Amino acid sequence: MAKEWNDMTPAEKRANLCDRWLNPPGAKFESPQAEKDYKGRVQRLLDAFNKKKPDRIPCFPMQGFFAAYYCGYTPYDVMYDYSKADEAFTRMVVETSPDAHSSILGAPPGPVYDLLDYKLYSWPGHGVPKNVSYQAREGEYMKASEYDSLIADPTNFFLTTWLPRIMGKAEAFSSLTPFTNMTEMYGSFTAASFVPFGVPPVQEALKTFMKAGEEALKWIGFVAGYGAKMTAKGFPGFFGGGCKAPFDTVGDTLRGTKGMMFDMFRCPDKLVRACEQFVPIMIKMGVDGARQNGCPVVFLPLHKGADGFMNDQQFRKYYWPTLLAVMEGLIKEGCIPFPWAEGGYDSRLDVIKDSPDEIFWGFDKIDFHNAKKLVGNKHAIGGAIPISVLNVGTKDDVIAEVKKEIDIFGKDGGYIMMTSATMEETPADNVKTMINTCKQYGVYK
Amino acid sequence: MAKDLAKALGDLQEDEAIAITQEKLDANEDAMAILAEAGKGMDTVGIRFSKGEYFIPDLVYSGEILKRINEMVKPKLTAGTSQKKEGKVIIATVAGDIHDIGKDILVFMLDVAGFEVFDMGVDVPIQQIVDKVKETGATVLGLSGFLTLAYDAMKETIEALKAAGLRDKLKIMIGGGQITSDIVKYTGADAYGKTAIEGVDLAKKWLRK
Repeated sequence: MAKEWNDMTPAEKRANLCDRWLNPPGAKFESPQAEKDYKGRVQRLLDAFNKKKPDRIPCFPMQGFFAAYYCGYTPYDVMYDYSKADEAFTRMVVETSPDAHSSILGAPPGPVYDLLDYKLYSWPGHGVPKNVSYQAREGEYMKASEYDSLIADPTNFFLTTWLPRIMGKAEAFSSLTPFTNMTEMYGSFTAASFVPFGVPPVQEALKTFMKAGEEALKWIGFVAGYGAKMTAKGFPGFFGGGCKAPFDTVGDTLRGTKGMMFDMFRCPDKLVRACEQFVPIMIKMGVDGARQNGCPVVFLPLHKGADGFMNDQQFRKYYWPTLLAVMEGLIKEGCIPFPWAEGGYDSRLDVIKDSPDEIFWGFDKIDFHNAKKLVGNKHAIGGAIPISVLNVGTKDDVIAEVKKEIDIFGKDGGYIMMTSATMEETPADNVKTMINTCKQYGVYK
Repeated sequence: MAKDLAKALGDLQEDEAIAITQEKLDANEDAMAILAEAGKGMDTVGIRFSKGEYFIPDLVYSGEILKRINEMVKPKLTAGTSQKKEGKVIIATVAGDIHDIGKDILVFMLDVAGFEVFDMGVDVPIQQIVDKVKETGATVLGLSGFLTLAYDAMKETIEALKAAGLRDKLKIMIGGGQITSDIVKYTGADAYGKTAIEGVDLAKKWLRK
């Protein structure tokens, strides 16, 4: 009998996730060639993650709404018509033929956010024009004085304080009592906790959540259908799950960049404590996704630890310990953490170079030679074709850049070619040139 | 003996800086003199940032302390005492982009450096920028954008300024996460600043002749 997940060693968990990625249960391939392509692509990626030399360097350009623009749609079109998202993302992958796809999750379902009166972001047709991507609306959604409540019970804080602020339709949840009150039959424990569910505003909020749930269910059907279709055509999904650095969770989502910066001076201990509180929460988020999707790669987009955003001591004190703890937790659960260092990261190489070698480091702006020397001698690396070159460069510029990076990063394996930032309105010819050059020039002999 | 406000602010000692300001106000010291001292503290912050001793959080935090000092001193200021003499600079995040963190830091640093700054906010339509240049007669314009879509918005803004006959009198800097010298060329700008301090240096170079 197969071992239960919790009884497996980290190596067994990793083997389980890698095997499910390589041999997806229930996959129906379009042809023997598609099956061969699929397995070849996953093996190529796994070889790179394992710091081996694959047959050639895998190429996976990171995309935002590139598929939409590629097919003449706006971001609005693919966020509000899931069949258009399915069509656009399919066509783009089939026609450009990268080594993996990134699902259609990059096009969030607009109607869900409309229903909730979501305030954390502006999105096409809702605060920004229909032809541009969604964008975060930073704010102090948690006050500095609320750290103690957050630390005491993050879930309850999210449910009763944070959700009511970022979703207009969740305002009534501020009257809910902690679910942990429901410990005994005494009326004041469990029955009293149900009182808020009897009042009309909470009932309305719940009805809205049910509607949003139905819409999300409709959307996830397209997501699942897309994944199965791409597998059938021979393209694996790159991402198993995702989570974030605890510091970014507190900074991006709760306190905002400014609030976070003040907290480093005004209430450093609470900030550190809050980050620690998010470590197991983030690990669970990442692992759940990886296990559900049968793919070990867990994406962590890194934001507020970039060069310049704090000094070295602050990085070592506030940002790094809990990010490292999350990644170590993911590794114990068999995952491959993929931190994507957005922005410059040269000043952080000395710290991150000693992180566990299972980590796959993705870079945006970096000194290539230094990154290869310090990080690449132990870790697999992803990156870093500048999005500026892809967007405004000529075909020759792109070819030169691809060759340059292959010569530096590709040496001895352990490299996946990626873009430095997500592609949006990037010229399709440049993207194809990038992929094709990588395929030709990136062959290991 | 009066305590050193410039040093407290330069060292980012918030409580101390606020306490000293209060003492000075209680002792009826001249409001402009207090602000001048705070300005010296901000010079220290700027120098330390340029040397790589201070980082963005230090800049932002110094701005917060300065804001508190300004609010305390404001009631004592007589009308017309504030003056900006270093020249006019317009700053805007271009159409379609709503990011403001980098832009806000630049606006703040330009203001501290003595420039008269017109902060147009985010997602600013091209025509509004053209109108603002005409209206203010500013000769320096800073365009900010975090997303790659900003490349084209910047380019189109600069083309519109050209079409309106305003480009020749203007120096234009751009800035943002994905801006490089390639993008300066692509958009037709004059230069880009990697940090707010570089932006201030460009404004100084262009306006202080």
